[in-house]
Amino acid sequence: MGLKQKLESGGFAVTAEMAPPKGTDFKRFKECALAVKGMVDAVNVTDFQSAVVRASSLGAATILLEEGLEPVMQITGRDRNRIAIQGELLSAGALGIKNVLALTGDHPSFGDNPQAKGVFEMDSVNILQVAEILMSGKDLAGNDLSGAPDFYLGASVTPVYDPMELQLMKMKKKIQAGARFFQTQAVFDIELFKKFKDAMGDIDTKILVGIIPLKSPGMANYMNKNVPGIFVPDEIIERLRKSQDKVKEGLKIAAEFINELRRQELCDGVHIMAIGAEENVPTLLEMCDLESAA
Amino acid sequence: MVITQPKPFSEILKFLDGKKNIFITGCSLCATSCMTGGEKEILDMSQKLREEGKKVTGYAVLDPSCNKLQARATLKKQKQALDSSDAILCMACGDGVQTVAGLVNIPVYPANDTMFIGEVERIGHFSEACRACGRCELGWTAGICPITRCAKSLLNGPCGGSRDGKCEVNPENDCAWVLIYKRLKESNELGKFMEIKSPKDYSKAANPRRVIVGK
Repeated sequence: MGLKQKLESGGFAVTAEMAPPKGTDFKRFKECALAVKGMVDAVNVTDFQSAVVRASSLGAATILLEEGLEPVMQITGRDRNRIAIQGELLSAGALGIKNVLALTGDHPSFGDNPQAKGVFEMDSVNILQVAEILMSGKDLAGNDLSGAPDFYLGASVTPVYDPMELQLMKMKKKIQAGARFFQTQAVFDIELFKKFKDAMGDIDTKILVGIIPLKSPGMANYMNKNVPGIFVPDEIIERLRKSQDKVKEGLKIAAEFINELRRQELCDGVHIMAIGAEENVPTLLEMCDLESAA
Repeated sequence: MVITQPKPFSEILKFLDGKKNIFITGCSLCATSCMTGGEKEILDMSQKLREEGKKVTGYAVLDPSCNKLQARATLKKQKQALDSSDAILCMACGDGVQTVAGLVNIPVYPANDTMFIGEVERIGHFSEACRACGRCELGWTAGICPITRCAKSLLNGPCGGSRDGKCEVNPENDCAWVLIYKRLKESNELGKFMEIKSPKDYSKAANPRRVIVGK
């Protein structure tokens, strides 16, 4: 079953995120992907995440397909104008990539080539919009295509945001533009997520809650201080601090959170972002009460 | 106003390498306000050039440097000084430099870096508010330009990088979209935000642009 079928049939989907390598050596990438094969519904490949030069998401998504995994190809507007975005999406469609997650993209100043000129001709809403137009057999300028792609389109949302109304308005625009599912910024506090769900009201879409397994109290403090939209509660940081094996405790915290989200039926799935510790994802998933995706 | 900043003096000296007799032009408008090309700055520059062994053949504050006819008339009166000059150092914006360069037959060098079209917050404090995109969006954005004041020039609302109403790219800057949202809400115009904006038509900004009034 693919991600679309899983979500649209009311199942609880699991996706995991993997960054393409910085270089041409895909050995670790493939190993980590194969380790979750059958445990996840799809694997996200990031698109020059944090504005860092790496192999592209299209390349990595193609490698996942070759290895028998279903990719979610992330695409941002930071590095490409409308011509390149449309071309990338057509290539993705031709290669058999079904899931596309549209993002605006981190600013180049955060990356490892901060001298770069950010393009941002199209934001996340525009990328969804143009993907829909391509699916209808036309390009953005109204020209005919020979063969149209067929995508299941996703986007991101930040559940902890002030002002919330503004975040929800943008979310609605993304849905209007074509988003069928959302992967959220990492959430650590179930009450905060419930607040977001309440605020969502009658917005009807599929939500995969972002999960970051914490590796240390320092990591949690860093994210609290530096990453907009992330809030790790003090009791979790304290729990990590007191634990012997902090990585294992972080996985345990994440697994408990996933199980609780599922038990309370708060979302349609989870999206695991291991940020460099992808080898731990199978352990995490084994700790959760999930049916296998295969 | 066009905001300029002085180039490092070492860069200016590099331009003027091998040129002994220098004529200096300034500008009565923007560069005077920016303190990069008024009479005072010209006199300071003359002094520094003399200390480097240059001869300053004369100077003129063009009124303004970007007005071709005015600049031509002013420079005409300086013919004698210009004839004895090896180069002109132009203390104006990039437009002013090019206007002067189009009027003379000796090399013209910029003394300033041209930064942006800006607002004068108070003397010596300038902030960028308009990027001259060619199709003004202010009519639906509560008078706040997202093209200029959002680090990503987004047209459909904020990215995920806004925190406490500030921009993560530079936390000294407000998130333009939070400002727009608050103002639209105050004036009961939030509906304007919900309309999806297609990518901007950049053919309107294909440079170099030209405007002829009446055409």
